Amino acid sequence: MTGARMTGARMTGARATGEEEHGLRVLPVGRHGLLVELPTAEAAEAFHAELLRRRTAGELPATREIVPGARTVLLEGLAEPARLAARLPEWAIPPLTPGQDATLEIAVRYDGPDLEQVAKLWRVPPDEVVRMHAATEFRVAFCGFAPGFGYLTGLPEEYHVPRRASPRTRVPAGAVALAGAYTGVYPRASPGGWQLIGTAPHTVLWDPERTPAALLTPGTHVRFVPEETR
Amino acid sequence: MTAALEIVRAGALTTVQDLGRPGHAHLGAPRSGALDEPAHRLANRLLGNPPEAATLETTLTGCTVRALRPTTAVVTGAPCPVTVDGRPAAWGTPVRLPAGAVLATGTVTHGLRGYLAFEGGVDVTPVLGSRATDLLTGLGPEPLRDGTLLHLGTPPSAPPAPASAAHWQAPPGELVLPVVYGPRADWFTAAAHRTLITGTYRVASASNRIGLRLEGPPLERAREGELPSEGMALGALQVPPEGRPVLFLADHPVTGGYPVIGVVPEEALAGAGQAPPGTAVRFWAVR
Repeated sequence: MTGARMTGARMTGARATGEEEHGLRVLPVGRHGLLVELPTAEAAEAFHAELLRRRTAGELPATREIVPGARTVLLEGLAEPARLAARLPEWAIPPLTPGQDATLEIAVRYDGPDLEQVAKLWRVPPDEVVRMHAATEFRVAFCGFAPGFGYLTGLPEEYHVPRRASPRTRVPAGAVALAGAYTGVYPRASPGGWQLIGTAPHTVLWDPERTPAALLTPGTHVRFVPEETR
Repeated sequence: MTAALEIVRAGALTTVQDLGRPGHAHLGAPRSGALDEPAHRLANRLLGNPPEAATLETTLTGCTVRALRPTTAVVTGAPCPVTVDGRPAAWGTPVRLPAGAVLATGTVTHGLRGYLAFEGGVDVTPVLGSRATDLLTGLGPEPLRDGTLLHLGTPPSAPPAPASAAHWQAPPGELVLPVVYGPRADWFTAAAHRTLITGTYRVASASNRIGLRLEGPPLERAREGELPSEGMALGALQVPPEGRPVLFLADHPVTGGYPVIGVVPEEALAGAGQAPPGTAVRFWAVR
């Protein structure tokens, strides 16, 4: 089939450098792009971190965009995508090391209208949702949906929740919400189907005057700190 | 600084556009920028502006602008009648506007989007390095309204390089788009691959700067479900569950979960941006 993978890109066994098998697939995206697919979300985050490290070190060919997804990274604007594709399977990709980078703290008032519903889904009291959510070390896996909206991973699989059956026509800016494997904070008021558990009243997620404009850039570590409710 | 232009009639949709804001997709910001980039660049070249100077992108019905101080303007993109103070003026040739003059561009004779450039470029506050209006996320200035006042940048000091609007390729009656299969071509049946390159599609009226929606034979999936969100490239041919492909243009979402059967190379997207609803679209597979 014409859409076959560009390279075999599957490694067999650990290499002399000691890295584990990546199991990465490299898929063509037009004439100047690649979509690199990894077997797990963690592997995708580690691969993304390695891409950024190599770019900073000047070891990556020029790219226009590096866009992480849930299990993929899209590279756009490569002069010679096939050359890079051929090399990727050789890369040593160090695993992510939690706790090394600075953690961004976001103050949250856990007063969301879906807190009770999430507590039911988790089969714990609402207070316990707050405690567990605030005790989780999150990481921005990727961005999308709106400028400054980060998809934060970190909740164990048993705490993944479905979207609401009917989306709200208006979710306020700063709403802290859960859906699927992710936690997110709405950068501005918009329609949304996520379960709202709280509000981050003081955090500006998106400010075009700031560099970077998005507070939550891929790879950022995040912890939510409960704010005293009156 | 006093305003240099007043929008008298904004038309169907007139936005400020430039070369967009590449490099911010990972933050959720689409590239945006002029859909017919060659026409935008040509307009700037005709005036001696740098290519990144902002122009006005009009849609179908043109727009009317009053010069509040003397300036020079040029109209490129979709061919249309041009008048200054009601008298016919040249399309694709710089026109000197004295203070108070009213330049009007009419409904396009073919194509869809016109580019109206001024000496020095339209000056609005850049967001992430670009003045472009992004209709998906609302970055950049609002679409223009009747009465909007605009500033202009410093006119270029060097005379314009020789250029001719004749170099601009008018959009053909039928849009024939190259497509490179992937990244998710394997999510579709062999029959769907044939359908894509043998079928005739039409540009749907719901098309906009985000994407060209296509009407025509649906593309059959070889597997069900959605993908975990993944990066979407400019030119991606994304296929929602009902099977009619959507061609992603400059204001497209940066991530998505529907499979992309193929990607239309960037150099073919200017033509897509000039295809009005109803235009016949065919695809041919390229490598």
